[in-house]
Amino acid sequence: VSDFFTVSVLVATLASGIRLATPFLLASLGETIGQRSGVLNLGVEGVMLIGAYAAYITALRTGSVAAGVLAAMAAGAAMGVVYAFITVVMHATQGISGIGIFLFGLGFTDLLFRQQVGTPVPIDGLRGVDLGWLSELPVVGELLFGHSVLTYAAFALVPVVWFAMNRTTFGLNVRAVGETPEAADTLGVRVNVVRTQAIIIGNVMAGLAGGTLALDVGIFQQNLTSGQGFIAVALVYFGAWRSSGVMAGALLFGVVSSTVLQLKTLGIIVGASSTIAAMAPAILTIVVLVLVSRRIGAPSALTVPFERDS
Amino acid sequence: MGVRGKARPEFRLTTTWDAGSSNAQRGDMALGSLTGDDDGAAPDVPAGRLARLLRPFVGVAVPAFAAIAALIVGAVMLLSFGANPLVAYGELVTGAFGSADNLADTAVRAMPLALVGVGICIAFRTDVINIGGEGQIILGAIAATVTSMAFDDVPRVLLVPMVIVAGAIGGGFWGAIPGALKAYAGVNEILSTIMMNIVAAHLLSFLLQDLLIEPGAIKIQQTRRLSENADLPLLPGGTRLHIGVLIAILVAVLGYLLLFRSALGMRLRSVGHNPDASQYAGMAVKKSITQALAFSGACCGIAGAVLVFGSESHRLIGEGGAAAFTQNAGFNGIVAALFGALHPIFTVPASFLFGGMLTGGSDMQRATQVPAALVVSLNGVVVVFVVGSLRLRDRLRTWAGGIASYGGRA
Repeated sequence: VSDFFTVSVLVATLASGIRLATPFLLASLGETIGQRSGVLNLGVEGVMLIGAYAAYITALRTGSVAAGVLAAMAAGAAMGVVYAFITVVMHATQGISGIGIFLFGLGFTDLLFRQQVGTPVPIDGLRGVDLGWLSELPVVGELLFGHSVLTYAAFALVPVVWFAMNRTTFGLNVRAVGETPEAADTLGVRVNVVRTQAIIIGNVMAGLAGGTLALDVGIFQQNLTSGQGFIAVALVYFGAWRSSGVMAGALLFGVVSSTVLQLKTLGIIVGASSTIAAMAPAILTIVVLVLVSRRIGAPSALTVPFERDS
Repeated sequence: MGVRGKARPEFRLTTTWDAGSSNAQRGDMALGSLTGDDDGAAPDVPAGRLARLLRPFVGVAVPAFAAIAALIVGAVMLLSFGANPLVAYGELVTGAFGSADNLADTAVRAMPLALVGVGICIAFRTDVINIGGEGQIILGAIAATVTSMAFDDVPRVLLVPMVIVAGAIGGGFWGAIPGALKAYAGVNEILSTIMMNIVAAHLLSFLLQDLLIEPGAIKIQQTRRLSENADLPLLPGGTRLHIGVLIAILVAVLGYLLLFRSALGMRLRSVGHNPDASQYAGMAVKKSITQALAFSGACCGIAGAVLVFGSESHRLIGEGGAAAFTQNAGFNGIVAALFGALHPIFTVPASFLFGGMLTGGSDMQRATQVPAALVVSLNGVVVVFVVGSLRLRDRLRTWAGGIASYGGRA
């Protein structure tokens, strides 16, 4: 155990925790925006898979990571349009249509992968940016200044989302249609338009989260996300629909995951018991849900479709 | 629907009544509109002759529409892969239903879907969304496996029922946890059941690497060959078909009786329709929610037991991940239940259909080189279209002289 408590190991664990937190953070921030507008998207897992595959295949074909990132976002946007149509226009039950999106993403990406790629071909994935002397600083350099652009972008989005939600007209509209759509409608806010925008933004971020994952590991495989999208939805509840809370949750999950990995690598927990340790994030989520569920309310109109009384 | 004593006949009417938009206004997961019940007792709204002719078919419209839409989406995908959709679908249907052996394989594939589907009906009718089928299947399988290991020598006539019951208990236990958390701690069951799935998958992996692994040098994540006395007996006919199919049908009938012919079921459905009114009428809402998820989990747990003891290897195998064992039945069962309009009996033929798609998928792959994963993605499309076309159906029903969608409530 003492192997673990050395500065270099701790720093490496935390740094990889930040890296692992990135997809969670992106997906959860996006889901936060959607849920604040009153739409639950349980299909994040499926959208992430589609984003991951889009990023992978684009990067594989073009050799450009940037193109992969854009493809992931475009795929997310496309799924956002579909999901907005299903929920906002067709009033489909949101929890269940999310499962449909998940199954579609799971099957569709597997299908495309087997059809277009077949055997896994690794790609040149994301690299950490070189920030010159900053990256060379002891401890802090490794911890904070060696990450990929997407990690910085994800964390930069935390204040951006906060600002957008709390200090802009758009954010006010999103919150209004998520709390009392009837009142917002009376004031001339176009409820379904705002919700559609929020859903598309959320899905773009979910697609990007999947893309980050694929570019980070440099490979695609069936069910690459393995439940991370579902955890991202849970993190929104964990973070009580606030970007800072969501960030705390994402970091916690990232660090717990990296700690489990590190302990396994160091041989501190061996063999089968690592699978017990791997349960930690899920159990932690349940515990947190128990703790927060009573205290903090979800947006009042979450999962309620809006239609003007005629 | 207030007064308790005289409520019963009236209740049946109101609780099975479709209640689309008023459900939606309630702000919870509002599943009432998913049920395909058409209680017939529609007030006579003047409607054209065509409309009156079409009225009985409105209930079938949703699954039919969803199926056609999914087939079209699938055809577009097949065309884009350069395959002929007619050939592909032909292979799929032949592979699924073309011979006695294929039919038997389809039935074997359909069993876990039907069992999970019945559980989904019970949960969804109580307005509890159980996404935890995967985990409940796994826990049922573990409980059944441990039971068979502990009672190796008990005669078959006893051991088979024992492992099935053990499966039900294991799955029911795993379902009751998120049920109780929802009822008594306000934890969203969608999220908790998903987390329970993750925990169960790791638990399975742990047990099969450690306590339950087959003794010997080869470290494969599987148990030893389990007691022959627990093998599900094959049905006559020389196919792979075993009594699991009878178990599935029995569970579906029991599920129907529970939901529609028992006081408990009435309570569950009443809670599903309107928890506040049910509470006011003196029903134990929290207990009902817990029970619904426990029953739901029990059905999934039986599916887990059937998957183990109906398998050709007669082992619990975790190699390749939990989803390889469950065959994603925890999710696909939801598709079957939705397709069966959340009715336990209709869920059985719906499962057979989806089981057929899954078995036929590999034949399609062989003939057209299009991966069988196509079927999984089409299942997702079916779900989306089923829940997406309910509003359409409500319109249709109103037009066809059915009830206004919020008619039964108030």
